Amino acid sequence: MTTLTLAKALNEGLRRSMEADSKVLVMGEDVGKLGGVFRVTDGLQKDFGEDRVIDTPLAESGIIGTAIGLALRGYRPVCEIQFDGFVFPAADQIITQLAKMPLRSLGHVKLPVVIRIPCGGGIGAVEHHSESPEAYFTHTAGLRVVACSNPADAYSMIQDAVRIDDPIIFFEPKRRYWDKAEVDLSAPGLPLDRARVVRQGDDVTLLAYGPMVKTCLEAAAAEEGRSIEVIDVRSLNPLDSGVLAESVRRTGRCVVVHEAPVFNGYGAELAARLTEMCFYHLEAPILRVGGFSTPYPPSRLEDHYLPDLDRVLDAVDRVFAY
Amino acid sequence: MTGRMSLPLATHAYGDHPPTMPPADPARGDAAAVDPATRLAMYRMLQRTRQFEKRAYDLFMRRLVKGTTHLSLGMEAVATGFGTAMRADDYTFATYRGHAHTLARGVPMTPILAELLGRANGLLGGKGGSMHLTSVAHGVMGSYAIIGAHLTIANGAAWSAQYRGSGQVAVCFFGDGTTNIGAFHEALNYASIFRLPVVFVCENNLYMEYTAIGDVTAVPRPAADRAAAYRLEPQVIDGNDADACYLAALDALERARSGGGPSLVEAVTYRHGGHSRADPGKYRPPGEIEAWLGYDPVTLYRDRLLRLGVEDAVLGGVEREVAAEVEQATREAIDGPLPSPDSALTQLWADGGSQWRN
Repeated sequence: MTTLTLAKALNEGLRRSMEADSKVLVMGEDVGKLGGVFRVTDGLQKDFGEDRVIDTPLAESGIIGTAIGLALRGYRPVCEIQFDGFVFPAADQIITQLAKMPLRSLGHVKLPVVIRIPCGGGIGAVEHHSESPEAYFTHTAGLRVVACSNPADAYSMIQDAVRIDDPIIFFEPKRRYWDKAEVDLSAPGLPLDRARVVRQGDDVTLLAYGPMVKTCLEAAAAEEGRSIEVIDVRSLNPLDSGVLAESVRRTGRCVVVHEAPVFNGYGAELAARLTEMCFYHLEAPILRVGGFSTPYPPSRLEDHYLPDLDRVLDAVDRVFAY
Repeated sequence: MTGRMSLPLATHAYGDHPPTMPPADPARGDAAAVDPATRLAMYRMLQRTRQFEKRAYDLFMRRLVKGTTHLSLGMEAVATGFGTAMRADDYTFATYRGHAHTLARGVPMTPILAELLGRANGLLGGKGGSMHLTSVAHGVMGSYAIIGAHLTIANGAAWSAQYRGSGQVAVCFFGDGTTNIGAFHEALNYASIFRLPVVFVCENNLYMEYTAIGDVTAVPRPAADRAAAYRLEPQVIDGNDADACYLAALDALERARSGGGPSLVEAVTYRHGGHSRADPGKYRPPGEIEAWLGYDPVTLYRDRLLRLGVEDAVLGGVEREVAAEVEQATREAIDGPLPSPDSALTQLWADGGSQWRN
């Protein structure tokens, strides 16, 4: 076992992927010499060369378009979008080409492109640097969307993502980059499309992914009297709905937590789907906890915006009030 | 007139552009250094693209083509010249106006026409349609209906060739309207800084969809006048002259293959028809379309071959053979089976399906 931060775990995972397959490339703004603004690609250019770890121009649409072209001819690019809000200039390429080309080409082309996006708030940054854009991508058929929440998962999930032939949006919780944990570098991880029960409980199920998993675990630990189960969804699309439904049928209560605005957020899909799957087992409506339907606030206000332990436990109280 | 002021660098006020006329001397390219066999092959390709596009139009009017069509009628020389100059393993990236470019890489007619008709024997089983023709086996790496998207994608394919040291080149066709979108500029900068083996071919047919390109562009030559910003030579060629296109292609391909980096070629041409479907193109000034119909790339080339001593009967033979090919492709496309409804749910994921995995 090795103690790694989440950022370092991603770095180690990328290093393993690049060692395993010479077709794996890393590209993005400042990922080479600097090693990325969060140092996720630190040292990779030094070790794998400027041809495989490429400092690109500041042009996200160009980064993703170029990656698509490389993937068309057998390469496996891993693109870094420097901050969540910077993905929107690339949304055109992601939504109109990357997600759709395999289908409309009758499967004659495969596009194994990984797009890493540091996401979420909590580091005192501002809008464009603190956003949670996952629902735009889960809404787009043809994209896998995953989110890691801890160093061990980050290490295994990034390697899985690089190996898989589908295009993948890979969300990294930026405020957890510096969280440390023990990582077994030789153990196989849970498959990429699986959810994980990270804390067992009997009375209510909390569903979260990315940065909110830790918040939910803290909430579960702080709760007195009720036994809270916490599930890390991990794969937003495809969704491991069986694991989620089993838990919700057992507890009869569910709260979905994410940083993104509640309105039309990914939690709406989880709530609707689990309501369909678990209707006769539910003791209360599935509640959602998330950001407000506003642009991401200035840094002095972000603590007010972001769901915290109190907001999560308040929702837990409310599902017991029915 | 509207309230819009004259564009700072353009030659006219908005909406007030004069007709753009073709070159005056159709014989000026006769002396080009192109060998007779290549010329005859290019004539055949001009005929194939011309007759194919006419048939596509007819079938659209008969409501047999599903979706939409964007025809290259009047612009066939560009795809013909470049397609003829390319190596079999080079890559093509085309736009939604890409039938000619797909034919020019050797993809047979029947699967292309069947794809337009949405049939199961289409190039992509009817799932791609007119705007997304793709044939990896022929190096046709797709047709793209989002303006500019494929310029950056062509860079990636070119980059893959550079990694492999294969000498392959990516040739990317696009219209004049593309020169005003960000992806054009991103792609040229990428290609230049990484010296990618890519040839960008702007088919300047003078119209961005339904609007004169000069009305919405700050410079008179939409591609060439931007070249210097990316350390490229400005190149303008006669896009209606297949020889000129062929020779420009040879130059640019050789430069790319030998490590000289990208090229940006502006081929000036004219769209005989409207933008898409049955658009009559009435936004064009009087005299312009007539002048360009008189500078038709197919008759221009036919006349050249006659002047150079090719017998009329030989050219007539090519035309009849192509007509028979189009007839056969039409029959095979119309007779093709309709796609199964299930096919709408395949190939979403790399494993071929669209199901949620659990």
